[in-house]
Amino acid sequence: MKTQYEAVIGLEVHAQLGTRTKIFSRAAVTFDEPANSVVNEVCAGYPGSLPVLQRDAVTLALRAGVALGCNIRRKSQFARKNYFYPDLPKGYQISQFDAPLCEGGELVFEVAGETKRCGITRIHMEEDTGQSSHASDAPFSLIDLNRAGTGLIEIVSEPELRTAEEASAYFKELRAILVAIGINDGVLANGSMRCDANVSVRPVGREAFGTKVEVKNLNSFKFLREAIGFEIERQIAEIEAGGTIYQETRLWDDAKKQTIMMRRKEGSADYRYFPEPDLPHLVVSEAWLAEVAATLPELPSQTRARLQEVCGLSAYDAGVLVATDGFAAFFDGVAALGTAPKAVTNWLSGSILAAINARALSYRGGIGFVTAAGHRILPAAIAELQKLVEDNTISSTASRTVFEKMLTTDAAPAAIVESEGLRQVSDTGAIDGIIDEVLAANPSEVERYRAGQVQLFGFLVGLAMKASKGKGDPKLVNARLRAKLDGGA
Amino acid sequence: MAEQTLFEVAEAVRSGLRTAESVVGEALARMEVTASFGAFVHVDRERALADARAVDARVAAGELLPLAGVPVAVKDNLCTEGLETSCASKMLGGFIATYEATAVSRLRAAGAVVIGKTNMDEFAMGSSGETSVFGRALNPWDTERVPGGSSSGSAVAVSSRAVLASLGSDTGGSIRQPASFCGVVGFKPTYGRISRRGLVAFASSLDQIGPFTTDVADAALLFSVMAGQDGGDMTTSDAPVPTVDELLQAPAPLRVGVPKEYLAEGLDPEVRGRLDAALDALKAEGAEIVEVSLPHSKYAVATYYILASAEASSNLARFDGVRYGHRDTNATSLIDTYRRTRTFGFGAEVRRRIMLGTFVLSAGYYDAYYQRAQKVRSVFVREFEAAFRQCDVLLTPTAPTAAFKFGEHGDDPLTMYLADIYTIPANLAGLPAMSVPAGLTAGGLPVGVQVLAAPFAEKTLFGAALAIERRLGKMAAPPAASGEKS
Repeated sequence: MKTQYEAVIGLEVHAQLGTRTKIFSRAAVTFDEPANSVVNEVCAGYPGSLPVLQRDAVTLALRAGVALGCNIRRKSQFARKNYFYPDLPKGYQISQFDAPLCEGGELVFEVAGETKRCGITRIHMEEDTGQSSHASDAPFSLIDLNRAGTGLIEIVSEPELRTAEEASAYFKELRAILVAIGINDGVLANGSMRCDANVSVRPVGREAFGTKVEVKNLNSFKFLREAIGFEIERQIAEIEAGGTIYQETRLWDDAKKQTIMMRRKEGSADYRYFPEPDLPHLVVSEAWLAEVAATLPELPSQTRARLQEVCGLSAYDAGVLVATDGFAAFFDGVAALGTAPKAVTNWLSGSILAAINARALSYRGGIGFVTAAGHRILPAAIAELQKLVEDNTISSTASRTVFEKMLTTDAAPAAIVESEGLRQVSDTGAIDGIIDEVLAANPSEVERYRAGQVQLFGFLVGLAMKASKGKGDPKLVNARLRAKLDGGA
Repeated sequence: MAEQTLFEVAEAVRSGLRTAESVVGEALARMEVTASFGAFVHVDRERALADARAVDARVAAGELLPLAGVPVAVKDNLCTEGLETSCASKMLGGFIATYEATAVSRLRAAGAVVIGKTNMDEFAMGSSGETSVFGRALNPWDTERVPGGSSSGSAVAVSSRAVLASLGSDTGGSIRQPASFCGVVGFKPTYGRISRRGLVAFASSLDQIGPFTTDVADAALLFSVMAGQDGGDMTTSDAPVPTVDELLQAPAPLRVGVPKEYLAEGLDPEVRGRLDAALDALKAEGAEIVEVSLPHSKYAVATYYILASAEASSNLARFDGVRYGHRDTNATSLIDTYRRTRTFGFGAEVRRRIMLGTFVLSAGYYDAYYQRAQKVRSVFVREFEAAFRQCDVLLTPTAPTAAFKFGEHGDDPLTMYLADIYTIPANLAGLPAMSVPAGLTAGGLPVGVQVLAAPFAEKTLFGAALAIERRLGKMAAPPAASGEKS
């Protein structure tokens, strides 16, 4: 009988802390600045410089710990992780080792409608490194220390994930939590959140873990899913062929759709960790922790539950709103102005999502939705637009035209309706005139309708709407057309 | 000027009797006369004179500066803006810091003028000054003898009276031992009293900046200016800093402890004699002498060399040839750049300690060495706590001998390491400790005694040091320095 295998997966997620300054100095955290321009003596590891832990960074790390249900260590300690690399200016990274800030949490997520849980081993704080770039033809590498010293948390899961889909769902939910609690922008592409996966396989029923392989820098959900899926298949095939799995670090090659070996570990690397003598113990007071807990924003799972229970959304709609950056808050903003929940979700999953996909609109954390032209689209504008539909000022077709216009101008919806002449025609006389013209121009269709081909009604409505240039009130057009056809006038 | 105090120099400048410029000019001239002692390694005369004129302008504007116009020499491992900071190493040759050490900034804010950087053992690793890339500094009392180390130049600068005040750093005795050898006062405050920001780290949990002066009161003045919490160093304490007046009015201690283990083997009879003289002085001031025990003292040197080297191996990792300082340009790869830069940029003693430190932190050895040494360190802390329940201060020799001759410890680093046997415990336990001159040997070499107090009990410590100085007299300048006086 063929051996059945199961995979054992654990994820290590690094998330930058969205503080204004670096974790151990007041150097600014910015993106896209010229290389080495936001660097002071601490981030550059100059002789005599000392780390000064910034309180904001700890507060954000505590938020993550509380959100993930961890035990918060009241007295944690920083440690030095020693290794040489040009983008590590001090020759050591200040991290936490045997006394991390948070331990023993849990993440609950859904895979294909099923609720799963995965333990969180620990969350520790550390500083980011600089960045190296290696041009293949140059006899040197370039170092940019702008990123060096940016605060990070590393969230280490228990090896409790079993499939690539579970790993992906775990990472997605974790990302949603970190974005919701305001500690990270959730942008995977720029490295503000990074994921490494430890993957091993074992025959089903065996307790002992197989040899694990670390797959590094999985910077999109797609890569994560594909890389883990590939790695599981590769390891099973290797074992089936009588081969050996080596403890090694691999990278995802997206062009070849396979993981490739980066380095093989001869034992574990010796980082010579020891307590950081330049920093006293990090003491978290009860008051500090209580303040973090009291000001913790709503978590994605809580938002989903509220959207279903209080706003009456379907589980699917609630899931989509929470999974898309800015949608849940925007929903709340529009709904608070009296717009029906279903109408708001229709806007979000319809025109707004389409605009985002077409890059005409983007979400900027802390600011909201901003058009390519730089105007904000506020919840109030959507509420106003929907109200114009509901009081029959415009048709829902016209409302989508108004929205398109809002993407390129910053005029209010009502102003656009007027300037574009989109106001709905609800005058019976005018509608009757249009219908009469349509019926007169299509005598054979009228004849066939009356002879029993009732499906032609829709065709005639379409012609009437078109003749009204889309402005005819559809309900009125329907009613008047039916009256004229069926009434024999 | 040589026999003046800092109080008198500053008062003369404050009162308009003298200008800071003339005081600094005179110090620069003294520096020239005493140049053969090799105390200074980086000097910028024009800058020092310009800084002095700036002080004169502040005095004229009515600022009351406690150190108005006082010339200060600064150890070459303290960052000074615009003046090279090389740690007496090829590795940092030509390095100019982008910011200034907090201790130096506080001296400047109080009106002091930095007149130069002083010689030292490379990266503060040594007890004789002999590991400096600039060559050795000489003991002004006997130029065939070492000035002690690692703050060799700072001790020599004050001993030779080029200046009346200098800064050193003390990781295992690097202020107190050269102070003893050169006949000056050398003070290492409680760990956490003076910001280490801008001090090129040797062993972060042990390093502390402190002053060299010709008398105890001047040390109190410099200490009160430099001490106090600093937002740039999280290991500084928020404990209130005693004022100069509080320090100078401190009474002689009632109970003086002498650790019996310190008087056992290897103590030179001449040194023992000066210790007894200091004890008699304290008795004469009304103190009771009590015997105390620090049973684990014999493990201090071993503990220190594990912990200090471990921290040093990490602290000195940043000298990799990538961003600043020396880079070996004959290298052919990244690894080769590291290897060659660090092999040829560091001297033998520094390399030895980096390798030792790397070893004791390595997987498989960490528990046996680093971890165990940390445990022993906490034993020292408890033993001192117990001792200070029996007495107010401890009195010990500063060093086992008076200044030894160049090359005397030859190629055996271990015998050299024993030169710090009495000074290391204060660093391990974070205590304040001062070497106070206690007279000369029959051969005319100065000998210091060490006063230790409980953490943050600097007031008590100064009470004892002042009492010793009162009875034994302030140590005169060495004959060579006086002879060279123009």
